[in-house]
Amino acid sequence: MKPTDIAAPDYFHKVVDCQWACPAHTPVPEYIRLIAQGRYSDAYMINWKSNVFPGILGRTCDRPCEPACRRGRVEETPVAICRLKRVAADFKDDIKQRLPRPSPKNGKRIALVGGGPASLTVARDLAPLGYHCTVFDADPEAGGMMRSQIPKFRLPNSVIDEETGYILDLGVEFKGGHRIESMTALLADKYDAIFVGSGAPRGRELDIPGRKEAAANIHIGIDWLSSVSFGHTNKIGRRVIVLGGGNTAMDCCRTARRLGGEDVKVIVRSGFEEMKASPWEKEDAIHEDIPILNYMVPVAFKHVAGKLIGVTFQKVKAEYDAKGRRSLVPSGEPDQTIPCDDVLVAVGQENAFPWIERDCGIEFDKWNMPKVDPKTFVSTNPKVFFGGDAAFGPKNIIWAVAHGHDAALSIHRLLSGEDINERPLPEVHVTSQKMGIHEWSYDNDISPEKRFKVPHRDKVVALKDIRAEVELGYDVKLALGEAHRCLNCDVQTVFSTSLCIECDACVDICPMDCITFTENGEEVDLRQRLKAPSPHPDQALYVSGDLKTGRVMVKDEDVCLHCGLCAERCPTGAWDMQKYLIDMTHAGSSCPTKSRSAA
Amino acid sequence: MTYIAKPKFHHPGLKKNELGYTHRDYEGKISTLCAGCGHDSITASIIEACYELSIEPHRVAKISGIGCSSKTPDYFLGNSHGFNSVHGRMPSVLTGANLANRDLIYLGVSGDGDSASIGFGQFAHSIRRAVNMTYIVENNGVYGLTKGQFSATADRGSKSKKGVTNTDNAIDLVAIALQLGATFVARSFSGDKAQLVPLIAAAIRHKGASFIDVISPCIAFNNHAGSTKSFDYVREHNDAVNRLDVLVGRDPISVDYAPGSVQVVEQHDGSKIALRKIDADYDPHDRLGAMTFLQKHAAKGQIVTGLLYVDPDAEDLHEHLDTVETPLNRLEADDLCPGSAVLDKINASLR
Repeated sequence: MKPTDIAAPDYFHKVVDCQWACPAHTPVPEYIRLIAQGRYSDAYMINWKSNVFPGILGRTCDRPCEPACRRGRVEETPVAICRLKRVAADFKDDIKQRLPRPSPKNGKRIALVGGGPASLTVARDLAPLGYHCTVFDADPEAGGMMRSQIPKFRLPNSVIDEETGYILDLGVEFKGGHRIESMTALLADKYDAIFVGSGAPRGRELDIPGRKEAAANIHIGIDWLSSVSFGHTNKIGRRVIVLGGGNTAMDCCRTARRLGGEDVKVIVRSGFEEMKASPWEKEDAIHEDIPILNYMVPVAFKHVAGKLIGVTFQKVKAEYDAKGRRSLVPSGEPDQTIPCDDVLVAVGQENAFPWIERDCGIEFDKWNMPKVDPKTFVSTNPKVFFGGDAAFGPKNIIWAVAHGHDAALSIHRLLSGEDINERPLPEVHVTSQKMGIHEWSYDNDISPEKRFKVPHRDKVVALKDIRAEVELGYDVKLALGEAHRCLNCDVQTVFSTSLCIECDACVDICPMDCITFTENGEEVDLRQRLKAPSPHPDQALYVSGDLKTGRVMVKDEDVCLHCGLCAERCPTGAWDMQKYLIDMTHAGSSCPTKSRSAA
Repeated sequence: MTYIAKPKFHHPGLKKNELGYTHRDYEGKISTLCAGCGHDSITASIIEACYELSIEPHRVAKISGIGCSSKTPDYFLGNSHGFNSVHGRMPSVLTGANLANRDLIYLGVSGDGDSASIGFGQFAHSIRRAVNMTYIVENNGVYGLTKGQFSATADRGSKSKKGVTNTDNAIDLVAIALQLGATFVARSFSGDKAQLVPLIAAAIRHKGASFIDVISPCIAFNNHAGSTKSFDYVREHNDAVNRLDVLVGRDPISVDYAPGSVQVVEQHDGSKIALRKIDADYDPHDRLGAMTFLQKHAAKGQIVTGLLYVDPDAEDLHEHLDTVETPLNRLEADDLCPGSAVLDKINASLR
C-alpha cells in the first residue's frame, strides 16, 4: 500500500465516524468535550452552526451518528450523542448575543416554499449575508413537520419557537398561513432564487375494501398528528389500531394513548426487526403498553352501517430467495379480524407537487419527482432549488438541514456569479494536543461506563398530559458521565515515519492491538497479517512510509480508543495526538487558503 | 511513564488460548519505565509466550532483584506469584523457592547490573546447580536507574552518551552460562519478538537451567551512535544462527521467516522445538562448538542470536539432590514425621 495521505481532508474525517455519518457533519467529539467541561453554550453554538436545530434534533434526530459511533464497536452501545446535544441546548446560557446580526440587505430576494427545517436552514445561511429571505408556509407558524407532525410530548413548542425564532430574528420574513398555490405565479414574482422545501406532505393511502365505507374512523397518520398538534383533534376511540412500522406510526400510537386510546396496537406487515422505526422509538411505544404485532397484512376494514368495527389481516411469513431478497408470503394460517374503534394509517409518506405546473420549466422524472442535482440541489430551472423531503423523498430533519446548507451555498454562488458546481474545499485544522510528556489537552482516560439512561417522566403522569415531555433529559451529572464515554475520535493518532526507531513500544502498549510493524503489501494481504483481526474493511488502514528495517507501520483505525498511549510510550514523538477539526463549507465561508494545515 | 491505566477494553476479535484467556489477561500493571524501553518489549514477549503456552498464571513464580529490569515483573502476569528480592539475590531466592515448591514455573528476571555485577556470583551458582528455571537477563549495558554509567556487559570501546569510551572488558553472560553448564542458552534482541517469543516459550518448557540474554536498548542512556547496544547497532550486527517454532500440542508458536532446513529437538516434557537453521553449520547440541562460535563472532563485532545450546535430556537440581516429589507445602505431618519405627530403621542403617 502507498503511505496514507493524511493531508487529504477526508482521511481523518472518516476516522471521526459520528461526524462522517452525520449528514451535516457536526463535529460531535468537539461539542461533547465542551459539555464535559460545562461549556454548554459553546457546545450549543458548534451544533447551531452545523445542524441549526440542536434543541430539536437533540430530541428527535434519527441519529445516523450513533450506529456509526466507534464506542459501539468496542462495547455494546454507542455514546448517546443525540441526547448530549439536548444537554447543550438545555443548559446553555442566553446565546442571542452570539448569533449573527441581521445585515444590510444586498438587494437580492429569495423565496422559500415551506417553513420546515430545509427552508429555515437556507434562510439561516443566507440572511446574514444580506439576502432578503421570504419563507412561505401554509401553517401559521414556522417549523413545518417539526411543529405539525412530531408530538408535543417528544418536542415541546417552546423548543421549536426558540430555535425557529433564532432564524426568523436574522431578518427573515415569514409569511405564515400563506400556501403557495402556483409555481408559475411565484416565478412571475421575479425572485432572484426560489428554494422549495415543502416536504413530503401526503400520507400514503391504504386502498383496501371498506376504506370508503368506514372513512369516518380511518385517519391518515400525518394528517391526524398535525390535527392533534394544532388542537383540532383531542380524542380517539378506546380501541385503536395503528397500521405501519415507521416513526410516524410510533408517534401515532403514543399520541392515541394520550387521547383516550386504552387498547392501542401497532400492526406491521414486516417482521419486528425490519420495521423502519428507530429502535428507541419502538422501545418507547412498548414501554407505554403498546403491543407491536408483526407479519400481518391488512386486507379489509370491517364495518357495520358505516361504522368501523375492525380490521382483517392476512398472516404472512418472510421467505428469502437465493439473493437474500425478502418476500412476504401467506403463512397459511386463517385470517384474523381485530376489533377496533379507530384506525391510524401510517404506511408511508409521499411527495406532492400539485402546485408546480408541469410546463413552468421544472422537469419531473417518471416517479413524478422534480429532477434535482444531488450535489447542488438545483432543478432544471437554474434559479429553482429543492431540498429536504421535497428533493429526494422522505428522510429526516438532519438530512433536510444538510440539503439546506448545500442549496444555500449553491444559491449564494449563483447570485455571486460563480459556478455552482464548483464547491470550495472545507477548511481543515490539525493541531497537536501535547501539553507535557504525558499530558494532553483532552481527557484520554477511557471511561469504562455503560451508556447512561435518559430519565423519563413517570408513565402514569406522562400518559395523562399530551404536552408533558416524556424524556426529561440528562441532568448535569449524567451528562458528564455520558460525555466521558466519548472516545475523542477527532484527536487523531498522527505518525511520523522519519522519527520512528521501531522500538515496538506503541505495539506493546496499544490496548486494542491496532498497530502492526510488518512488510508492506496489498491491502487485502496486509489485513491478513495484522496483530488483531480486521473485520471491518471499510475502516481505513493507516500505512507509514518505509522504515529503517524496510518494514512499514500499519494501524487499523477500526477500534482505536484514541487513548494516546502510543504517543505517551513513544520515545521519539513519532506518534502525536492531533485534533482534527473540519469546517464544512457553508454559504459565505471564507475561501480556504490553498495550503492545508495538516500534520 | 504514563499516568492513566491501560484501558480494560480489548480488540473484540482477540483470539483466546486453551484456557479461554486472551493475551491481555497475562498483562500486569502499566509500565513505569521510560517510553520506548526495550524491557517493555521483553515484557510483551513474556506475556505472549505465556499466553501461547496456555500457562495458568497462578502456576508461575516471577522473581527479580533490583534495577529497571527487575521492576518489569510488575508489568506482566498480574495474577502470578512474585518476589522482588534484594539486589543481585534473585538467583538465591529463586533457588530456595524452587526447592520448596518444584511444581511452579520459575521465571527469574534480572538485568546486567543485577546479574553481571552485584549478583555475578549468585548468577553463576544458580546456573551451575541446574536450578529448573528460565533466567532472563534484560541486558542494556548501562545502569539506567543511576543515569547511564557503563555496566559490566558494556563492550570495551563502546561510547557512553556523553562520549566517554569504556575501557573495561565486557562480561559475556552467554559465554559464562555455557561454561557453567546451563542446558538451554540463547541470546536475543528486544526489537525482534519473532525470535524472542518462541525462545522464551521453549525456555519455559525446558527442564533445567535455561538462560536467555536479551539485548534491550536503553532509550534514555544507551541508544546513541557509538553504543553497541542501540537499536541501530544491534540490527546491523545481529547474526542469527537459527529461528524456532515451539510445538506444544496444537498450533505451533510460529513466526514469519523464510523456510530453510529444519531440525526438531524434543524436550523432556514432550514439547518440540523446530529449529530453522540460518547458519547451516551451526549445531545447537555442541557446547564446545557454541563457545568457539560465540568467541569468533564476538571478535568480528557480531552479535550471535538464536538458540545457541540445548541439552534436551538435561537434569535439574531436584534430581541431583534426590528431593521429595511433593512440594513442601503439601507434605502432611505424617510425611514430615513418619514415626519412631522409621527413625529406628534409619538409625539401624547407619550403624
